[in-house]
Amino acid sequence: MSIAIALAGNPNAGKTTLFNELTGARQQVGNYPGVTVEKKQGTCVSEAGTFEIIDLPGTYSLTAYSLEEVVARDYLVNEKPAMVVNIVDASNLERNLYLSVQFMEMGIPVCLALNMMDVAQKRGIEIDVDKLSALLGIPVIPMVARTGKGKNELLAQVVKGIDKPAAPLLISYGQDIDKALDEMEKIITANQFLTDIYPARWVGLKYFENDAQILELGADRDKETAGKLMDIGEKLHRHMSATLDTHPEGMIADQRYGFINSVLKQNVIRFAHDRNRLQRSDQIDKVLTNRFLGPLIMVGVLAALYQFTFTYSALPVGWVEGLFSWISGVTDAALPDGLLKSMIISGIIDGVGGVMGFVPLIMFMFLGISFIEDSGYLARMAFMLDRVFRIFGLHGSSVMAFIISGGIAGGCAVPGVMAARTLKSPRERLATLLTVPFMNCGAKLPVYALLVAAFFPGKQATIMVILTLISWVGALLVAKLLRSTVIRGEATPFVMELPPYRFPTLKGLWIHTWERTWQYMKKAGTVILGISILIWAMMTFPGLDDKTKAQFESRRTAITDTAPAEVLTEIETADKDAELSPEAREVTSALAGIDGQESLTRLENSFAGRIGKTLEKVSYLAGFDWRTNIALVGGFAAKEVVVSTLGTAYSLGDVDPESTDSLGERLAKSPGWGPVTAFALMIFTIFYAPCFVTVVCISRETGSWKWAAFSVGFNTALAFALSVLTYQVGSLIVN
Amino acid sequence: MTVINLRQMKRNQTGIITSVKAQGEMGRRIRDMGIVPGKEITIQGRAPLYDPVALRIMGFTLTLRNNEADYIQVEVE
Ligand SMILES: Nc1nc2c(ncn2[C@@H]2O[C@H](COP(=O)(O)OP(=O)(O)OP(=O)(O)O)[C@@H](O)[C@H]2O)c(=O)[nH]1
Ligand SMILES: [Mg+2]
Repeated sequence: MSIAIALAGNPNAGKTTLFNELTGARQQVGNYPGVTVEKKQGTCVSEAGTFEIIDLPGTYSLTAYSLEEVVARDYLVNEKPAMVVNIVDASNLERNLYLSVQFMEMGIPVCLALNMMDVAQKRGIEIDVDKLSALLGIPVIPMVARTGKGKNELLAQVVKGIDKPAAPLLISYGQDIDKALDEMEKIITANQFLTDIYPARWVGLKYFENDAQILELGADRDKETAGKLMDIGEKLHRHMSATLDTHPEGMIADQRYGFINSVLKQNVIRFAHDRNRLQRSDQIDKVLTNRFLGPLIMVGVLAALYQFTFTYSALPVGWVEGLFSWISGVTDAALPDGLLKSMIISGIIDGVGGVMGFVPLIMFMFLGISFIEDSGYLARMAFMLDRVFRIFGLHGSSVMAFIISGGIAGGCAVPGVMAARTLKSPRERLATLLTVPFMNCGAKLPVYALLVAAFFPGKQATIMVILTLISWVGALLVAKLLRSTVIRGEATPFVMELPPYRFPTLKGLWIHTWERTWQYMKKAGTVILGISILIWAMMTFPGLDDKTKAQFESRRTAITDTAPAEVLTEIETADKDAELSPEAREVTSALAGIDGQESLTRLENSFAGRIGKTLEKVSYLAGFDWRTNIALVGGFAAKEVVVSTLGTAYSLGDVDPESTDSLGERLAKSPGWGPVTAFALMIFTIFYAPCFVTVVCISRETGSWKWAAFSVGFNTALAFALSVLTYQVGSLIVN
Repeated sequence: MTVINLRQMKRNQTGIITSVKAQGEMGRRIRDMGIVPGKEITIQGRAPLYDPVALRIMGFTLTLRNNEADYIQVEVE
């Protein structure tokens, strides 16, 4: 039988490091049911026995304010692990014990893993382990998780401790509260109010702390008793505000810290130096968060991250793309022409290839971010930028997601959306997730390049700067709008620890990176496969009727029949890259012209085409004709598709099929196109629905399809409004 | 000895917390991090735009926005 143990503790105390040390990083990573907080489980086989280990999210407290806290507490209460291993940072003992006290109040079996003893020693902090253990009444094991020192002692202690029942720790919270708690305890025990789950006194404590989860559960279970407890709580609150100018919630926290202080004061801890003296970290901070140097260095770090992610991943991205085009080439040769082949190549291989193409990018991005996060620099970035982002209802940490998504033109919203994970505050995170797709990702750039070359020759740089500014201003204003409407709510407090700088371990970085990448591949992959088949179907069906097909076929035969025989043999036998004679070239280009017309007609007749035609009724307001509409619909698959679909849609029509004009030149000549239309189209491209890979990621990261659907609907509506405005105002000015 | 608001403290100034008025989520988060009466804090620095503020308490560094610091009274020399 394996023994279930849970690792719990403050953020950054070393839980994951110990977890990896114990399980050898053989783990299952998932999410807790219904929420996107990571859940890690693993097995540890050792001399002491076999253990089932779970890595709980890091929390500072056990109130039910943040998702992490709810998850950790629910797990402890519902799953009842044999032992909670509470990892505390020995170099920061006093604050870490605040959570330990709360475990002990709950009366669950707990032991202290006193981690980072090496750091404590270096800082001249001496801890009397035996005394601490005696005063708290729980086992305390000193250790260094990074090297695995102390882990066997820990496991032995766990085995020894599992059969001993733990009694809730009783602390005095001051006369008033103690008295009221006694009264509550009687009521709770008499009515067996939630006592099947929690200790009686603890439930009372939660009523004083206004714990939303317990209050709700209590009201559900037994309204009458809950009402009585609420009354006692309110009475005490009034009394304490009147006489002591404080409130129970504050008093309880004060007394917990008071208890910790009284334990530590009994010669448990000794400091060789003043503990607030400047550490090396603080010296580094003097430079890195300096008023003038700080922002400059930050720009440098962001640029480096960007460079790293997008430059170095280009090579492996190329390999993956090469692999998929090879597979699609092989398939092309192996299968007979037809619907099945078209579905396998355009639907499945291109779709899956599109997703897998992002994998190296995502890995590099997570590697870079993990480095910045694990080293402690991310917290400093948030610190420096918070004042700016807060104006728009965001958080200092939002910057990372914006930059990755294309805040400096050329990023990608898929890793950007995932980068929002580093945000711990739910409302700010949601607002960030929903606005990062407005950034100019790499796939939008070909669209701009095409339009700028055709309609704003020589102004490449100016237009790019303008577009970058528009996307930032737009994203921040929309964030503000969302935060004052659908995601309304007070700013989450910026009470944040600046952890000491640490050099990340390679193992830690690798695990971090791989885990997140694998989740992306697994979950996003399946959904995306389905959607890409759907999009393929929309652009393929219902196909052409036999009559139309026959017409194209007869036009083709008309050409081949009139061509001289030696020209036809030349075409058939020639190598792919070989130079053809002028006569042969004429024939092939005439044939290609007909093929092109056929695919245009098919596209026009497809569901996507019909949508495009239908949309023309409104899209003319923004200057878009049905071909542009199809291209934009196709752009939902991936923004690059806008250019290739425009290519298909404009390759023919009124223009001479043999013309060698580039797509840009052809657009420039087309009636209805001009700089104003082009600019309106660029505005639309910035703001409209994110590509579906991003949409899938948004739904995964928010845990609901609702927000994904919102981002498609809202963004498209916004984009349309803005592009109509641009087109109409622009037309007035130009004419 | 005077009691002032945390927002008014200067860089490197040290003081003892006398009261924390915040309630609800903000109050909870502030207290969870050890901002309770009786604790000594030292201002370590401010962000380039003067907000948030970084302070040293119980041997670690904590950041707070100015409007959160407003709830905290500190006794200084
Ligand atoms: N010097 C030293 N560093 C350690 C020790 N244990 C962990 N670390 C480092 O502390 C940092 C944080 O460790 P994690 O294991 O990620 O902490 P965590 O508790 O999982 O943090 P969250 O997941 O944010 O809650 C990492 O950089 C570790 O390498 C230790 O015993 N000594
Ligand atoms: Mg962790």
